[in-house]
Amino acid sequence: MISAILNYSFLQHALWAALLASIACGIMGTIIIEKKLVMMSGGIAHTAFGGIGLGYFLQIEPIIGALFFSISSALGIAAIKRNSSTNPDVLVGMFWPLGMALGILFISFTPGYPPDMTSYLFGDILTVSKSDLWFMLILDILIISAVSVFINLIGAYLFDEEFSTALGLNMRFTDYMTFVLIAITVVVIIRVIGIILILALLCVPPTIARMFTYNLKKMMMLSILLGVAFCLTGLWVSYTLQLASGAAIVIVSVLAYTLISAWQYARNRKLAQNSPM
Amino acid sequence: MKTTKSSDYAIDIQHLSVRYGTIYALKDINLQIEYGDFVGIIGPNGGGKSTLLKSILGLVTPVSGHISVLDVTPQQGRSQVGYVPQATNINKQFPISVREAVLMGRMVGNSGFLHRYNREDQDIVQNYLQRLEIADLADRQIGQLSGGQLQRVLIARALVVLPQILLLDEPTASLDAHSSSQIYEILQGLNQDVTIVIVTHDTLAVSSYLKTIACINQTLYYHGDPDLSSDLVMQLYGCPVELIAHGVPHRVLGDHNHGGA
Repeated sequence: MISAILNYSFLQHALWAALLASIACGIMGTIIIEKKLVMMSGGIAHTAFGGIGLGYFLQIEPIIGALFFSISSALGIAAIKRNSSTNPDVLVGMFWPLGMALGILFISFTPGYPPDMTSYLFGDILTVSKSDLWFMLILDILIISAVSVFINLIGAYLFDEEFSTALGLNMRFTDYMTFVLIAITVVVIIRVIGIILILALLCVPPTIARMFTYNLKKMMMLSILLGVAFCLTGLWVSYTLQLASGAAIVIVSVLAYTLISAWQYARNRKLAQNSPM
Repeated sequence: MKTTKSSDYAIDIQHLSVRYGTIYALKDINLQIEYGDFVGIIGPNGGGKSTLLKSILGLVTPVSGHISVLDVTPQQGRSQVGYVPQATNINKQFPISVREAVLMGRMVGNSGFLHRYNREDQDIVQNYLQRLEIADLADRQIGQLSGGQLQRVLIARALVVLPQILLLDEPTASLDAHSSSQIYEILQGLNQDVTIVIVTHDTLAVSSYLKTIACINQTLYYHGDPDLSSDLVMQLYGCPVELIAHGVPHRVLGDHNHGGA
């Protein structure tokens, strides 16, 4: 495979895409699991499908439509969540299918043969283009900048929003910023793993990282490394066994989580047996 | 020191009403808390005690009435108020050390833009970690603490704000008698510099530590000496509850017809 990487630009692109997607996932995945926004992120991801449909309909780059749709829906969900008593869970249950429905509607309006949506739904890391990579890089820089500038504010938001409000910290701003960053993350990883499989790459790396560190920043770093490892292993599996890349990455990730959890469980039991308590 | 217009009270609450939807949590509360007071807010569950604290912090918006905290609005007063929320609201799994959790209090009033903690912040935090005897736990993750230790972390986090007023929401709720009295001893020491308002169910504290009590069940029933009569308790809770009279720990006033107290 090494010589193939050197010879084929699509494999080089795939490696870069894995790295760029993992950076976004590691940082934002940590925030998402600590704030318990996993399902919310799933909802935002699926509204992006509406944007992709709109992109085809208006004959613009579908991923731009996805960015527009996911940011608008993120802001909308954040606003409704803050200002109404509707259960956020229920909100997700409405936004999620609404985004998909709009996508289907736009595509059915699009003249000519319906476009193939599989690469957006399930991802295809082997077809990432150079312009896709530049776009992902810009969005990554945006995420890294926002999170490093406001890292302490985000920490306060994640740990104790009520106390932070009582300190006079602007939690409304932090809330909206977090939601917009989630929307951006979704768009970064759509090409790699697809709308439907996104949650795995957001959840698994930080969940494993959390078993090894109690520090938020280290958790983000470790999550990025784990994300890269999963993407590359998944890519290798998909390349050698001729499987869909998105599916391979998801299976590798969840398998890794299962093995590491089992190892931890066994180790804790052993520790418990050996201790004189 | 103060201008003639300002009130003599640390907290001055006038005709305060707070509503959640159509239900009044607080109705026409008038309560003045003096500087240096150590006041206990008592009352039944759902009686609006926590809502009162949140109103003082400006976390809930009243439908009517007026609150001044240190002669300014609750929002303006926040930088002078330390808040200790209920420990049950704390996410104990969160990846944060004791020191980092306490440092958070030093962000008071900051925009958060490029915020980093400086030497002074670190020194203030270290000072309060030592005063509350949790300096040796500074690098532990907060989930690895006992209830009493976590409570002290939350108190330290409120104190590094360097507040004039300290608001505590049931700081001894799940603690044993020994840990509770330790917390009250600490608070009593702090009370020399800080006005303290504490929501509590802890009847042990009522007579031995508090200077005044305020009994709240939607409206204010009583504010004054912590010498509760059983009549008042009847009125407040609707049934006799365990209450401790002066100097007689765990003497129960009245009959218990409703089972476990």
